[in-house]
This record gives sequence, C-alpha cells and structure tokens, in this order.
Amino acid sequence: MNPIPISAEQSPLLFLELLYKLRVRDVMARDLVTIRRDATMRELQRLMQARRVSGVPVVENGRLFGIVSIEDLLQALDAQRMDEPVANFMAANVVTIEDDMPLAIAISYFNKYEYRRFPVLNARGEAVGIVTARSINTRLLVELFRELARIENQYVLPLSENASCYFQTFRVARSDFENAGSAATEIKNVLQKRGLDPKLIRRVAIAAYELEMNLVVHSDGGTLTFRADEGEIQLIAKDQGPGIADVDLAMQEGWTTANDWVKSLGFGAGMGLPNAKRVSDEFHIASELGKGTTVTVRDVLPPRPLQKPPA
Amino acid sequence: MKLDRLLDIPGTECLLPAPAGAEVSGAFTSDLLSDVMAHAAENSLLITIQAHQNAIAVATLVGIRAILACSSRPIPADMLAAARKEGLGLYCTPLNQFDASVAVARLLADR
Ligand SMILES: Nc1ncnc2c1ncn2[C@@H]1O[C@H](COP(=O)(O)OP(=O)(O)O)[C@@H](O)[C@H]1O
Ligand SMILES: [Mg+2]
Repeated sequence: MNPIPISAEQSPLLFLELLYKLRVRDVMARDLVTIRRDATMRELQRLMQARRVSGVPVVENGRLFGIVSIEDLLQALDAQRMDEPVANFMAANVVTIEDDMPLAIAISYFNKYEYRRFPVLNARGEAVGIVTARSINTRLLVELFRELARIENQYVLPLSENASCYFQTFRVARSDFENAGSAATEIKNVLQKRGLDPKLIRRVAIAAYELEMNLVVHSDGGTLTFRADEGEIQLIAKDQGPGIADVDLAMQEGWTTANDWVKSLGFGAGMGLPNAKRVSDEFHIASELGKGTTVTVRDVLPPRPLQKPPA
Repeated sequence: MKLDRLLDIPGTECLLPAPAGAEVSGAFTSDLLSDVMAHAAENSLLITIQAHQNAIAVATLVGIRAILACSSRPIPADMLAAARKEGLGLYCTPLNQFDASVAVARLLADR
C-alpha cells in the first residue's frame, strides 16, 4: 500500500474526476432570488440590496423569461425609468444550464460566454437555481477537502498498534481480484498484534473477507472500514451501487447472482452474507437499488481480565 | 502429518515447501472459497481445484498451512509469489479432488 497519504500523480486526476462527478445541481445556489416581469425597476433595486445579488432571473411559475443585472438597473436609474417594469430592461435571451450537466461543462460556459451567472433549468425546464463563479468555487473547495480527507483516512495509521482505538478505511475496487482479501488480511494482522482471542480474530476475518469480496464481485467499488476499541470491533462495507433488489433473498444461503466466470474462481457460493452474519454478534444490511449497499457487523469484545497489580 | 509426506502420493510435486518441519493436523476439500472460509480448520491442508491467488488469501485468513492443487492445474506465478509471501506450502497433484482426498486421508491415518 502507498505509504504517502496522497499520491502526487493522482491528485490532479482526483480534481478532474470531481469536475465530472459533480453535477450542476450540486454546485448551484438553490435559494433562487427571482422577480416577476411586471415588477418595477425600483422593486428590483430593493430586492438586489436586500438579498445582495447582482443579477436576478425573471421567473413566473417556474418559467424563466429573462434575467436583469445591476447594469440594467444602472441604466434605468440613469434614464430615470425606475417605475417601468423589469420586462422593459431584462435580457430575454438567457443562456441557461441544465441541472444534470457535469460541472466541467458549466465551467466551460464561463469561458464561452461573457456572462457571470447562468440560471439552471431542470428536466422540466423550470428554473431551479443559479450558477456563479462563487457558488462553484465554494462547493468545489468543500468537495475537494472532503475527498482529500477521505483519501488521507485510508492511509491514516493508528498512533500506535495498541492505541485503544484503531480506525482504518480500505478502498476496494470493483473486480480487483488481484488485491482481493488484502484488507481482510491486514485487519487480521492488526487484531493479532493486539493479542486478541484467535477464535474472535477468525470470526472477524471471515466477516471482513466476505464483505470485501462482495465489494469486489458485486459492487461498483466501495470501502471497508474497520474500527476496534476496547469494547468492540466494527466493520462497515459501503458502496454506491448497484444495490440489492431483494435483501431477504440475498441473505439466503446459496442465493447468488455471480456470473459463471466468477463462480469458476470459487466465489458465488451464495454463502458470504449468511457467513458474515453467523460470525458476528450484530449484523445489519441496508440496500437500495441504484443507491448502494451498506453492511455493518459488530463483534463485542469480552471484558479484559483484571490486570495483576505490580509485585 | 509432516507436509513433505505429500510427495509420497504418486505424481505429486512440491512447488513451494512450507517452512521446515511444518505439519498439518487435518485436511479440507472444497472448491468454494466461502465454504473454506467458513468451515476449514486451522493448521490444515486445503485440497482444491482453485489454483489462483485468491485461494492463498483465504488460506492465510483461516490459518491453512498448505494447498494441494488438484488435476495438475497450472499454478500461476502470482499465486506462487503470494504463497511465498504468506509462508504457505504449495503442492500440485495429477489426482482429482476425490482421489487426492483419499490419498491424504491415508497419510493422515498412518502416523
Ligand atoms: N455489495 C453488494 N452490492 C450488490 N449486491 C450484493 C452486494 N453484496 C451482496 N450482493 C448480492 O447478494 C448476493 C448474495 O451475496 P453472498 O451471500 O455474499 O453470496 P455470493 O457473493 O457468493 O453471491 C450476491 O450474489 C449479490 O447478488
Ligand atoms: Mg459474497
């Protein structure tokens, strides 16, 4: 495993990935400030002052008619036409963005057009938000920090092997049969170093392995998080898809959706989830088609024997 | 049973010896890795057709000492490397899982 928290080669990739992963709806400002066509320019002025915005989409019943900016307002002020309706000043040809476009495309709009804000329409053509450089920057920074923290987490080693709380997250890639089992093996090693009961270690290793394999075989990739403290050991396998259609069926011994190739490798006996449940004190599975699966297992540690007082 | 006794089975080869003097106290025959995971005892020999790296991971996790790969399945280099790293013995036999199991059972009985 990579000893350096963040790979220098991969970080720019991470950034690019984010640009394509995030959608316009993830970065847009949703508390849309709008105005009607028949509102006066004076009303617009008050609205802009109150909400501290420099551009306002003209919207009625979700439908976008145009956009008025601070420049339009200045023009009205100059010409002393503040009592005229917004409709007389708004730009009616508005360049809009769709809410499910990748962020990368939205950013390119700022270069392509000279505008500083783009109203966002949903699939039904309703105005649902607005994208500005600021809304993008804010959101991108938040996401970047979150992503970096997640990556760092994977490599954060405990302060010491016998620190009372141990926490580690392993990333498990889809169809990565080459490294399959390495997370479970590492978890087993940590528990062995802690000097825990071999029977308990075996139970945890079995659950970890089965959950890790399910991420490799069935999910689009996910994480296996391992936490151990004085009282319990917890494993959480989490993925973002494809989810399980019928969880009760998946829990039945022998039920599998593994393909023949996977079966020929000895996987897909349909025993993984039942095994993981059998070896843990607590077992919980939540899954939704299209959303993903989270399996949590817990093993309670027996109370430590009282330490002998020093002689 | 000392692992080098496996070489008494006709045609059986050692691809990677277990650490000197390594012994097993039993054997488990299965091609389903979840089954091995759930039921194989520690310190045993795994008799299987699964000649690939993932069998090593499973063996390591449950404390299996060596693998006897059946039906002369070719052993890929990454499997060999993984076994070496984990200190597992690796043997290969022309026998199928049933015949290999019978032969190993005889060896285990004959102490
Ligand atoms: N993380 C997951 N994502 C999607 N489907 C899963 C996941 N884990 C399990 N499943 C479904 O549950 C079934 C049963 O899983 P399991 O008991 O581990 O058996 P097996 O992995 O041998 O198929 C799988 O075949 C698959 O359809
Ligand atoms: Mg499984």
